[in-house]
Amino acid sequence: MSETTDPPQPGTSSFDDHHPPARNLLDDCVHCGFCLPTCPTYVVTGEEMESPRGRIYLMDLAAKGEIPLNDAFGSRIDSCLGCLACTTACPSGVQYDKLIEAVRPQLERNVPRTPTDRFFRAAIFHLFPHPGRLRLAALGGIAYRALGIRALLHRLGVIRRLPARLRALEALLPPVTLRDLLRRTPSHVPAAAAAPAGLRVGLLAGCAQRVFFGDVNAATIRVLAAEGCEVYVPRDGQCCGALSMHAGREDDGLERARRTIDMFERHDLDIVVTNVAGCGSTLKEYGALLADDPDYRERAAAFSARTRDISELLAELPPLATRHPLPLRVAYHDACHLANAQRIRSQPREVLRAIPDLEVADIAEAEICCGSAGIYNLVQPEKAEELGRRKAASLHAARPEVIATANAGCLLQIRRHIGEDVPLVHPVQLVDASIRGVHPFRDSAKRRLPHD
Amino acid sequence: MLTTTTITEFEEVLGTEAVVTDPVALRSYECDGLTGYRVTPALVLLPSTAEEVAACVSVCAREDIPFVARGAGTGLSGGALPVAQGVVISVQRLRRVLSIDPDNRRAVVEPGVTNADISRAAAPYGLYFAPDPSSGQVCTIGGNVAENSGGAHCLKYGFTVHHIHAVDVVLPDGTLTRLGSHAPHQAGYDLLGAFIGSEGTLGIAVRIEVRLLPRPAAWRTLVADFDSLEAAGDTVTDIIAAGIVPAAIEMMDSLSIEAVEAAVAAGYHRDARAALIVELDGPHQEVASQFAEIQRLCRDHGCTHLRVAADADERAVIWKGRKAAFAAVGRISPDYLVQDGVVPRTRLAEALTRIARLADAAGLRVANVFHAGDGNLHPLVLYSEAAGQHDRAEHLSTSIAELCVELGGSLSGEHGIGTDKACSMPRQFDADSLATMRRLRTAFDPHDLCNPGKVLPTPRLCGERPGPYQPHPLETAGVIERM
Repeated sequence: MSETTDPPQPGTSSFDDHHPPARNLLDDCVHCGFCLPTCPTYVVTGEEMESPRGRIYLMDLAAKGEIPLNDAFGSRIDSCLGCLACTTACPSGVQYDKLIEAVRPQLERNVPRTPTDRFFRAAIFHLFPHPGRLRLAALGGIAYRALGIRALLHRLGVIRRLPARLRALEALLPPVTLRDLLRRTPSHVPAAAAAPAGLRVGLLAGCAQRVFFGDVNAATIRVLAAEGCEVYVPRDGQCCGALSMHAGREDDGLERARRTIDMFERHDLDIVVTNVAGCGSTLKEYGALLADDPDYRERAAAFSARTRDISELLAELPPLATRHPLPLRVAYHDACHLANAQRIRSQPREVLRAIPDLEVADIAEAEICCGSAGIYNLVQPEKAEELGRRKAASLHAARPEVIATANAGCLLQIRRHIGEDVPLVHPVQLVDASIRGVHPFRDSAKRRLPHD
Repeated sequence: MLTTTTITEFEEVLGTEAVVTDPVALRSYECDGLTGYRVTPALVLLPSTAEEVAACVSVCAREDIPFVARGAGTGLSGGALPVAQGVVISVQRLRRVLSIDPDNRRAVVEPGVTNADISRAAAPYGLYFAPDPSSGQVCTIGGNVAENSGGAHCLKYGFTVHHIHAVDVVLPDGTLTRLGSHAPHQAGYDLLGAFIGSEGTLGIAVRIEVRLLPRPAAWRTLVADFDSLEAAGDTVTDIIAAGIVPAAIEMMDSLSIEAVEAAVAAGYHRDARAALIVELDGPHQEVASQFAEIQRLCRDHGCTHLRVAADADERAVIWKGRKAAFAAVGRISPDYLVQDGVVPRTRLAEALTRIARLADAAGLRVANVFHAGDGNLHPLVLYSEAAGQHDRAEHLSTSIAELCVELGGSLSGEHGIGTDKACSMPRQFDADSLATMRRLRTAFDPHDLCNPGKVLPTPRLCGERPGPYQPHPLETAGVIERM
């Protein structure tokens, strides 16, 4: 970003007229500072302007026209992970989620980014929301590993000399196999057992999710079917808009939201389920996001009301399928977009504790983000790395045999920092393994558990 | 004076990344928890070690640059208000718990560690840090030392001053020295006693050796509702008269209860005129017998509902409600001022009646939430900035503080004098007392560089006209502004 030329006009808001942060929402903040210890960037830097209170203060100054929309302000907003941990600590009920979502598009519109930044972000948004392109890129990734190019580049120190952002992208590449990439998710799976509710459930396959975590989708479908749901997986190959919305690319995000609603409306569904926390929080916001659109307003609200995270749905459904014991110590990592944005904390733990012999371990600093946060670990690699290391240390200290978390981004970020020694799964994969009575880890998926 | 050469010198000491010069970022430091006073600092420094703090202060002393230490910026008296042309020295990168000595029940911590973090670090040894200001999750021990902070449980356990063995301080000339020791009684002048509560005017605490206490064997907590503040106040008097020293006795009036319920739904009854929160801690048997006695006293005074916390979770919810009270008032009023004063416990009811009368006369609402056991009031003056009520609210708030003095109490119970009440100091202290304080301050800080303008009134700060609110001279000069 670079400096804008217009000097600020005190008294006149520096924001443009399209949905600036609302005055009453800014006034809700009483500057008490209770949010500070929950904010990952504040925990790392100790800087006031890197805290929710500091960011709201700057938004307030911009709304009063005392500071311009410029790079100095924008960089503070860019560095916010959007984890919303602050909203859980705020006694005054400040709706930081609404504030940050109002300010990000303002900056995208009004503060030009540097050519490099623009190019890097454009590249991300031309890749990640497009499963087809992502699959192709992942294929390149497989070759990159398999042909020893990765090892060679690391040995030669080439990776070390890359800009931090490219280094982050390289390091986040998950170890997918060709089999994963070629896996096709079925579009319709009937219920495996008759359930009183007999729900028709649509699964959002996700974009990065379906490319990198096809096994999580497969497990989700099996569990839903075992619990008596008829499962539909619409296949239009498009992103729900979460990545765009979280980065302030409002128009793009809204268009994707409309297309997602259209896509699911083609099936007559009771529930739309997602197994990615970041997608889920956006699906649940469709109603608010499209409130200005007369064609979609009501449909979006209905869609949001139908949306559930997989753990949320499983906690609501009376369990049908028998759970076989899984004698494992599991560290459950709260994904911010599940715990803070959707306030879903107890359900995944309940769902896991329903598995006989499984122990759920508490971890220190559970409320602090792992640094993934959508595309954050790609665009703000330094802070993300520090948070990733911090999270890995807390997880290690809990001495888990397996780590479970319900978000694709967290899975990638934690895998990068925790190393190879502790397996990482989505909670639904443990439920799936328990129902099927198999060992949950991928490399031994076929192995029966000793007690069966 | 601060010049580009000095800035370069700071950057050489700390690294460029720890020196904030960006004008937008600097603005986020212009106030602490009291937003009515704002001054943008010229520079913010973020040292990471005690030695770096000393190096920064040495440069300030040599170059005659005023400096203000800042912790989490949660203070409610403007104690961390920056000085124009001065620097803010933030201790937010000194956040390590350096050592814990469980046998001697001591811990050494850096000033940026929060109260909650000390207790968290001590928990594995069955120990905790007793002072518990409501902002204990976020406020720093450095700030606690500066303000001699209290909290709900200081009725039984005392203030910060009772829980500090020694402090390594950077004096205003840059000297790094130690005040106090862990000997129970110290020869010579009690410099540690002078330093604790000096509101950042005698130096910067950089390492603090705190006293830890064993966690009590048992807790019992109740909430008793009453039809009137008087009945609740009389109950408090009788509990103390019975020789019981509860860990805490807190009172909230109906407005505070309404705010708390809107914010955290802690299960307080909105129809109660007053609610008492009483907590006992200690050995099982003692707690059980005294708890029964307290319930009897509550009933004797006509309590309308008695809620006894069934378990640790319910206790936590009750306290969460009480501790969120200040910020929660934001739910029922667009703007408010937090006041902090002390009255003799026996005159609580009288104080509340007179506060209500002052509020009526001003046409404003006042919510009361306070540490009833030691007469520490926190009246919250509710007003609307947009409706132009600010001046009236400010005046009412000051009148309440001065009423406390008139009733034989004090201008501040725990929030400090800071910027906010410096001008009221002559109400409580005569000229000789103030001159003695000034001599002490000058002995530490002869050039008035260390948090200048706080605690003691100055003609420049207070103007020459006492009485009702007048525009502040700094305000008129455009140096500070009020919300």
